Amino acid sequence: MFDLIRNFFTALKALVKGSRTYYIWVGFLSFLAILGGGAYIVQLNKGLIVTAMRDQVSWGLYISNFTFLVGVAAAAVLLVVPAYIYNFKPIKEIVLFGEILAVTAIVMCIMFIIVDMGHPERVWHLLPIFGTMNFPRSLLAWDVIVLNSYLCLNIFIVFYVLYKISHNEEYSMTLVRPLVILSIPMAVSIHTVTAFLYNGLPSRPFWNASILAPRFIASAFCSGPALMLIIFQIIRKISRVEIDNKAIFKIAELIAYAMGLNLFLFGAEAFKEFYSGTVHVAPIKYMYFGLHGHVRLVPWMWTALACNVTAFLLFLSPKKREDFFFLNLACVLVITGVYIEKGMGLVVPGFVPGTLGEIYEYSPTDLEIMVTVGIWAVGALFYTLMLKMAVPIYVGDLRFSTSKNEKQ
Amino acid sequence: MNEKKDKLTKERRVSRRSMLKGMAAGAAAIAIPNTSDASIWDAFFQKHFREMNSSEVSAVIERLEREYSEKYKLPIEVKATKAIPGVKFGYGLDLSRCIGCRRCVYACVGENNQSRNPQIHWITVLTFKEGEKWVDLEEANKYYNPSKVPEPGHFYMPVQCQQCENPPCVKVCPTKATWKEDDGIVVIDYNWCIGCRYCMAACPYGARHFNWAEPGIPKEEINKSTHYLGNRPRYKGVVEKCTFCIQRTRHQPGRYTACVEICPVGARKFGNLLDPDSEIRYCIENKRVFRLKDDLNTNPKFFYFFAT
Repeated sequence: MFDLIRNFFTALKALVKGSRTYYIWVGFLSFLAILGGGAYIVQLNKGLIVTAMRDQVSWGLYISNFTFLVGVAAAAVLLVVPAYIYNFKPIKEIVLFGEILAVTAIVMCIMFIIVDMGHPERVWHLLPIFGTMNFPRSLLAWDVIVLNSYLCLNIFIVFYVLYKISHNEEYSMTLVRPLVILSIPMAVSIHTVTAFLYNGLPSRPFWNASILAPRFIASAFCSGPALMLIIFQIIRKISRVEIDNKAIFKIAELIAYAMGLNLFLFGAEAFKEFYSGTVHVAPIKYMYFGLHGHVRLVPWMWTALACNVTAFLLFLSPKKREDFFFLNLACVLVITGVYIEKGMGLVVPGFVPGTLGEIYEYSPTDLEIMVTVGIWAVGALFYTLMLKMAVPIYVGDLRFSTSKNEKQ
Repeated sequence: MNEKKDKLTKERRVSRRSMLKGMAAGAAAIAIPNTSDASIWDAFFQKHFREMNSSEVSAVIERLEREYSEKYKLPIEVKATKAIPGVKFGYGLDLSRCIGCRRCVYACVGENNQSRNPQIHWITVLTFKEGEKWVDLEEANKYYNPSKVPEPGHFYMPVQCQQCENPPCVKVCPTKATWKEDDGIVVIDYNWCIGCRYCMAACPYGARHFNWAEPGIPKEEINKSTHYLGNRPRYKGVVEKCTFCIQRTRHQPGRYTACVEICPVGARKFGNLLDPDSEIRYCIENKRVFRLKDDLNTNPKFFYFFAT
């Protein structure tokens, strides 16, 4: 009991004590989070009418961010595969930070779903036993299951490993290894199920293409690791965590292959739609050329394409990807490109033109953007605080006392 | 044996529910100390419509009537009339007669208590130019506003819920808050819908509408005769749609829906598909009927045809 209280204060101290930059960063994020919270309260009071979503385009920025973040969460697997299957040591050591990112991304996904709901207080209707989950018919029910299982699995791995290290105990590989291996198909499944969520709607020809799930996975393997490369360099800079350049370059190489595949799948889709030229070409035409004079998405889509192609070329060249300027540039380009392509570039064209042919040009309201920024701030804050604990544990600066190791 | 098991699961479900109730009530007591009104919690813990027994349904209806009368200062009756055995409703629409006057749209709004502000319409009337690619939805216009209808060179096509036999909206709903009743009407439990709008993405006919804000209806225009699954006043944040005027067609068998009743040119037909002598059966058997987006296999019970 005494230990527990003492450890609580040790942990609290680790979180509260930090450099000036740390305070400024946490303060800045908290400010954005509070702003977002305020915007959400307005939305709760007035209803979703404060967003730009309407019957014609009934999902928007929130669901776009959700989709992008599922990809980020799934990408933790890209690091797990070489680390544990091929025993590639430089990556193995940093898997933990990837899994913390996965946990953060899923928490953000859940927040984006909650803010998109008309009746968030009825969320328990979704649960089995308490509510009436429409399983197995509704893909949304599947998504609830796989996302939450993936979340639990990653939370368990992260906390178990950190707990053991921080108490100076060996963690059991016989327990961790199967769980890590399990997280590989789970990561693929969260992304596949999220793709199927859109894919299974024949009413929306743009989504009802079987290329959707493979494209989801390919682009997730670009944006997630790119985000992690940037985070790794920051961690390396501000702490004593050593991250081998070899690991960073290996991940960069993998992003090149994933982006190559993503661009190929995009080409396949563009060919099919434009060459066949059926009425179903409308959404993709709307994205890249505009439809009946409606061109709001056009500059965004070309930006995304330019970002992705440039990043692909940069990552492909070993010389360029081992130069940190180009490496980071390519990472930013990939994140931007995929954020547009997998976010608004996926959700909005599903609704344009609408099922009865109407074109409603969606562009989020300031309030919608504030809520979105707020959730990103909460995510960043969550990740920062997790790292504030995990990094010192990882490098051996933070240890919790137990009566057992005192005896030693 | 099975019965016992059923009972057991039911009891377990109930006890879990009451446990959840206790937890939430406890939390609420801390958070909102002034909440003395039990009806907020009754509403929160209200069960799925199809899981309630008849006494639970009447308790809910009593509460809803009380809530509505407080809100609108009017006595509003909420019925829960069940489907009539041997009835499956079907609808016919004669495109050669429709003049695009939109009387059906506004009759529906009035009958079914749709929000005036923001505006919700369960019926959308599309207009197409004659002689061009036929029913090319991308060329359709629903915002036509001439001084007189029909406009020369145009034809009209009203679209509303097609009451699919194989409804994609029901398939995707994560909470089973929408389902197809025995008489073929697809309904929504407005107290169970979580407002995720997946059904709206799934509907190929744009038939589902969301309450983006608190529905605004002038008190004097409220239709006081309502059905739980139909036209009772809705809430902010739930989806709604056409129910073939369930409050009329079930309550007084043989009665027409508001849109059929108002149509000045008799373009709208309605009846029991299982009755071989019904008007709708006559239309299907004797006219050249088609269904919208038949290739999606939604199997609508809404038939378009050309009588002349």
